[in-house]
Amino acid sequence: MAGVGIRERGALLLGRGAGEAVRRLGRGGGTALPGLVAGRLAPGLLEACASQLGHGLITVTGTNGKTTTSHLISAAARIAGLHPLHNRSGSNLERGVISTFVGEVDGTGTMPGAADRLGVIELDEAVWPRLLPSLRPRVAVFLNLFRDQLDRYGEVDSVAEGWQRALAAYPFLTTLVLNVDDPSVAALAEGNAAREVIGFGIEDVGVALDGAEHASDARFCVCGATYRYDAVYMGHVGVWRCDACGRARPTPVVSARNIRLGTDSTTFELVVGREVTEVTIPLAGLYSVYNALAAAAGAHALGLPLEATTRALAESGPAFGRQERFALDGRMVRVLLAKNPTGLNEVIRTLLALPDDATLLALLNDGIQDGQDVSWIYDADLERLAEREFRLIVSGDRADDLALRCAVAGLEPRMVERDIAFALNAAIAATPVGGRIEIIATYTAMMAIRGMLATRTGAQPYWESTE
Amino acid sequence: MTSEMPRTIRVVTLYPEVMDVYADRGNLLAVQARCRALGVGVEVIAIGLGDALPSEADLVLIGGGQDREQRRIAPDLAAKGSALRAWADSGTAMLAVCGGFQLFGNFYRTGAGEELPGVGLFDVTTVAPAPGMPRCIGDMLAQSEVPGVGELVGFENHGGRTYLGPQGQPFARVQHGFGNNGDDGTEGAVYREAIGTYLHGSVLPKNPALLDRLILAALRHRYGAEATIERSRDEYAERAHRAAAEVARRKGRPNS
Ligand SMILES: [Zn+2]
Repeated sequence: MAGVGIRERGALLLGRGAGEAVRRLGRGGGTALPGLVAGRLAPGLLEACASQLGHGLITVTGTNGKTTTSHLISAAARIAGLHPLHNRSGSNLERGVISTFVGEVDGTGTMPGAADRLGVIELDEAVWPRLLPSLRPRVAVFLNLFRDQLDRYGEVDSVAEGWQRALAAYPFLTTLVLNVDDPSVAALAEGNAAREVIGFGIEDVGVALDGAEHASDARFCVCGATYRYDAVYMGHVGVWRCDACGRARPTPVVSARNIRLGTDSTTFELVVGREVTEVTIPLAGLYSVYNALAAAAGAHALGLPLEATTRALAESGPAFGRQERFALDGRMVRVLLAKNPTGLNEVIRTLLALPDDATLLALLNDGIQDGQDVSWIYDADLERLAEREFRLIVSGDRADDLALRCAVAGLEPRMVERDIAFALNAAIAATPVGGRIEIIATYTAMMAIRGMLATRTGAQPYWESTE
Repeated sequence: MTSEMPRTIRVVTLYPEVMDVYADRGNLLAVQARCRALGVGVEVIAIGLGDALPSEADLVLIGGGQDREQRRIAPDLAAKGSALRAWADSGTAMLAVCGGFQLFGNFYRTGAGEELPGVGLFDVTTVAPAPGMPRCIGDMLAQSEVPGVGELVGFENHGGRTYLGPQGQPFARVQHGFGNNGDDGTEGAVYREAIGTYLHGSVLPKNPALLDRLILAALRHRYGAEATIERSRDEYAERAHRAAAEVARRKGRPNS
């Protein structure tokens, strides 16, 4: 039903024109503008474009891990011989998605080679319900739901309710890929008996935390009782059950066993149904295992061969700004995105595996994409870093807030400097050649410093340069 | 002489597991860090749903929760109302933030017209916003009405609108931001040594004068009116305070 009408065609031309104009003016980014223009003019455009995809479309949403997961699914699809259409991480709002499609169709609204194409679309968790009717995904991956930017999203409960309401309102036979370890995600299976559900989760209590972390949400079951945990992997994610009503974590179809966490990579047994494959991913941290599992479960739901998935996990490397590594002036620099308490706790857990001579450059911004409310840094367990002797430099627009948070945690920053470029130079100077600099950054700070790193290293990410 | 003796305060945190949605744990962390610097011991008693209160407390902390969580604790908290009011009358220092502040008032009326009973410690009432009314979200700058506390900075994020009753005393006057209701320029409430506020961020780390006032009140509750604390500057806190004030002046809703 490639029903691109006259209205959509006009919108397309204007949208593409706007994108061209931005590029000619040399204003970086601007990827949302064509979508903004086209979307205003023709609300049916998205549906008209998405419906042309020969292999349909998979959405990826949740608080943490969207970009890495959709990056891995795209890689698996490419290895399997498909031609994925993938939006960039900063483009996961409505107009960013429309822009992605506008860039892929011609002036008549036809997508060349659409028969071989698979849409891999990461979506902001608050936007997902609105775009469901236009995108009509074959598969929808739900990663997790953590406390994140309450000033923007409101409370965690309302995001989950939005997903559930949209699923109830649009009875497409979308396959649901759910993180069974997150009770608020697992709950989506209820009321969706007509849909296929594929659960993923971790089956290795050896990597569980000793107790619940501070930044944990969803402690209460829908029946009102408190969840009990046999194992907590992060935040409120783990092996949960409710003794009052009998709800419990379902057994996952896709899981990870025997997980070995390294400083720069992670090895585990990937279980998909009855098949077990040993996989090493070039990403650190348990959260990376969750992203890998979500990608494997999504690929499985799409019917991609397991061989394509395992190759993608092993070979495709980090997504933009997510554990990307750069070689800079003889130092290894790694960029770790952390934009909410659970994300930061996971990054801290990853850092604790490093030797003490690493330099930490921690960046806190308060832009709209970072969250204007910086209080979330008090929900993360920075106290755990106080046992260690890392060199710490604090920067970003809210460097002073972060420095105070560190001081409350018993950490003494060597330098507090709002200017990120200046702080980066200080981090290099403080780190011996051959040493490592770990950059922990909120979203806009990550974008800023990644730009500086790309320029200074000739845009050669460490991962690609070593292949 | 008194400053030579080891001193300890007892801090009671109310429902820390559920009433901490805006990082209100930072307030306890700030009390602990500052007391460590002052050589004051801190005994923390966490009170969960259904737990009995201890006989005494020098400082009580309660934060904000999601709607569902607030509804869950409201009856339990209201049942503790007379004990908490008696503590406040005995000079126990208290800090109730956001949802905790609302529940320390007379009642919270939900959108459905249901009234969640409060502690009745502050003469304030809170009503859910009318349909279509936005939440009060943003950076706040306010001047405290409490002597010695001065300028306050933080972030607010609340749907409910709070109004002072005839006995209600505001904690502060809003300069940038919404405060209690976005209309009358008042922010929070104060009763003896108990303070209710919409400020989080967390509020105590970056408002060191307020932090010291609560710690001093807690010490005086425990050791009598002669107790003092050493005034010392915390450069990190002052810098964060100035930075947050700058942000609120630039981005916070001006209060005309
Ligand atoms: Zn239950």
